[in-house]
Amino acid sequence: MNQSDFLKVVLPFKDKVFRLAKRLLVSTEEAEDATQELFFKLWRSKEKIADYKNVEAFAMTMTKNYCYDRLKSKQASNLTLVHSNYKEKETSLDKKVEHQDSVNQVHQLIEKLPENQKIIIQLRDVEQYDFDEICKMVDMKPTAVRVALSRARKTIREELIKKHNYGVS
Amino acid sequence: MELANIEKLVEKYLNAETSLQEETTLRNYFTGGNVAQHLQEYEYMFNYFATTKDETYTKTIELEPKKSKKRNFKWLSVAAFIMLLFSVFVGKIAHDKAQEKKAEKIYAQVTKGLKLLSTNLKKGENAVATLYTYENTVNKILK
Repeated sequence: MNQSDFLKVVLPFKDKVFRLAKRLLVSTEEAEDATQELFFKLWRSKEKIADYKNVEAFAMTMTKNYCYDRLKSKQASNLTLVHSNYKEKETSLDKKVEHQDSVNQVHQLIEKLPENQKIIIQLRDVEQYDFDEICKMVDMKPTAVRVALSRARKTIREELIKKHNYGVS
Repeated sequence: MELANIEKLVEKYLNAETSLQEETTLRNYFTGGNVAQHLQEYEYMFNYFATTKDETYTKTIELEPKKSKKRNFKWLSVAAFIMLLFSVFVGKIAHDKAQEKKAEKIYAQVTKGLKLLSTNLKKGENAVATLYTYENTVNKILK
């Protein structure tokens, strides 16, 4: 497998890797570093890749594990607090702005979810993988994945309703 | 898509029982604007998911790792270690030399002192020898 072959296999899902890394690591810089590091790793194990049927699922699993490691290491724990570009605006007169706020609120709500729910909602609702693939990526049973996903969706919805009602009353 | 159907799908969606196709239906409905008031929270959710998916990794992927940084550090430590060994070695040689000189000095002083002592002792011995001859002659005469 030479370089151009490798890139042909790997490039289609680079954005997915990046977005998953960003979901877990929060800061864009960290996610970029993680993505870069991951493709090094993939390139280094390129002989093995040829044997895998589903390189994408393998890469997503690697991303998940790598991000967990990063989160565990102290280095990253300092960086998780960096992000601040989703600040809530207290009062927004423009309705469009308000709408945008609510969309951003979803981001914050997902941030508060437990790690595995975060990953699953990212993989399902953003990247639209089917359940079999998600099970492989996160190494969980289908029922567990469904339960986690259902919980995540319900939590987000309830929180949104709560926030919305507070705004009205 | 009529509202009743959407409501049914939403219920399934919350229980994570929707298929990908059904979720596409939901996505199309909720991102299309024109959402029923009581389902507004889903509009936010699906809009968020859609905007997030637009985010891309813009940097180019480099496959040849910039290892030089790490490697430099490795070699730097090796170099530092060699330097340390070398300086210790040089220091030891200098130290030994100084020690040797000191020892030589002390040796010279000691020899000088001992020589002085021995000459003085010889003087004393001569004197004692004269005393003996004196005593002998005295004894001879007295006998």
